[in-house]
Amino acid sequence: MNALWISHPGQSKPWLYLLLLCLFSLPLSAWGQSAADPRREALQSMPGTTPDFWRDAVEGVTGRTTSRSPGADTLIMTEGERWRQLRNQWISPGGAIALGGTLVALLGFYLLVGQIKLAHPRSGRKIERWTRWDRTIHWYVASLFIILGLTGLSILYAKWFLQPILPTSVWAAWMNAAKNIHNYLGPLFALGVVAMIVKWLKHNFFNLTDLKWFLRGGGIIGKAHPSAGYLNGGEKVWFWMIVLVGLTVVASGLVLDFPNFGQSRETMQLFLVIHAVASLILLAASFGHIYIGTLGTEGALEGMKTGYVDETWAKQHHDLWYAEVKGKDLP
Amino acid sequence: MARMKFLCDSERCIECNGCVTACKNANETEWGIQRRRVVTLDDGEIGKEVSISVACMHCSDAPCMAVCPTDCFYPTEDGLILHNKDACIGCGYCLYACPFGAPQFPKQGAFGARGKMDKCTFCAGGPESDPVLEEQKYGANRLREGKLPLCAEMCSTKALLAGDAQEVADIFRERVVYRGHRNSAWSAVEHEAAENEQLAQQAADLAYDATQRA
Repeated sequence: MNALWISHPGQSKPWLYLLLLCLFSLPLSAWGQSAADPRREALQSMPGTTPDFWRDAVEGVTGRTTSRSPGADTLIMTEGERWRQLRNQWISPGGAIALGGTLVALLGFYLLVGQIKLAHPRSGRKIERWTRWDRTIHWYVASLFIILGLTGLSILYAKWFLQPILPTSVWAAWMNAAKNIHNYLGPLFALGVVAMIVKWLKHNFFNLTDLKWFLRGGGIIGKAHPSAGYLNGGEKVWFWMIVLVGLTVVASGLVLDFPNFGQSRETMQLFLVIHAVASLILLAASFGHIYIGTLGTEGALEGMKTGYVDETWAKQHHDLWYAEVKGKDLP
Repeated sequence: MARMKFLCDSERCIECNGCVTACKNANETEWGIQRRRVVTLDDGEIGKEVSISVACMHCSDAPCMAVCPTDCFYPTEDGLILHNKDACIGCGYCLYACPFGAPQFPKQGAFGARGKMDKCTFCAGGPESDPVLEEQKYGANRLREGKLPLCAEMCSTKALLAGDAQEVADIFRERVVYRGHRNSAWSAVEHEAAENEQLAQQAADLAYDATQRA
């Protein structure tokens, strides 16, 4: 365009007039702006923070931010303090009391009552109680449970007793290992729990025999051992605890284990509470299970170790099952 | 002994994100990690919009420290809350407890793989004797050089103040005196009509740095 105008010098130059007009209109436009009230504008752009603003802020109001961090638009996240109080003031001491109390109670029981001995001498004849599959699943879940329990307890409690006595490097290495072991083995534990529930569900429906077994306190009340089928009432309770509490632990653990799905901080707090409470309940109950299955009852562990129990043991603890097996096996 | 504090004067913050950029530049944080952020409330609503810059507030009773399973946090003599990345296991508990969203993680991976937590150090580095390693892991240690955090030093409106709590409080108190608002620090827009003219003048005064005036 310019080139065209230059090639015709005689012609008027409208662009020049336009430029001049722009130049002269500059002060004019500045004058027009000054008509606005600067004080009014300042009040508008800096409205000041009202008491309402702070009330909103401490109640967790959200705004807009350029940060992509999860929850970054929340000025003050109020739920964190509640979670901290729950975890540090209730779950931590509560869990310690539950676990310690269970241990003390079991020790007291052992000292007072002692091991439940076989009432009659061993017959030497063995009955298969747990198949290879049963035992595989049991020990798979049991070993993972112990590993997860130790690493989980480390995460909850170790800073109170291990951290002060270990050099920082050893402490850091252990805690890193604990967290990773816990997080990677957790899903494998979940698979084992599900397999266990599926495999043993059919044995675990309560019946009238179990009611009588409970009324007799599993043999604590009264002299004679109460009748029991393949599984007694106590074993069935432990099974249903694994179903309810165990699956809660597993499900909440999976939510915590995969933060890649973008769970909010509030979701994680909730599931951390659920996971901790359920795990501690399960741990305390497991102490009872482990005691009864090993130290507490003569001849119980060999069933899960070898798969076979002595007939004397079967007759004493699971008389109905014994009769059933013998009835079936006898010609 | 100084007790270090941040204070963001929300009546001055103009949401320029200069503090965010200054922090990122001073500390060369990992990709995706932003130790400081500006939150704007009532964004775009004329007469209501307020911005405030947030990072670790170096709490006196720090929730992160209280819930950390590895006890990797420690308070310094200056009242700062710093942490040891070697002991950090990336469990995320500090983030779940912190009211200000200060702890950041480089990853959000499956099996809780988050990497080492990173947060504002008040430009005071971390527990590492080798300065090169310290800068790599924790960012700048400006405090050792007698400097304040870069976010506050570079704040264009001096909304973000950092330093000894007493000094910061004195500066802020002086501002409040100059503003002369009925609610001292925090003004209220919805006043009676008669007061509005006076408030408008006071708000206009804010355009100047009160501390620079005679």
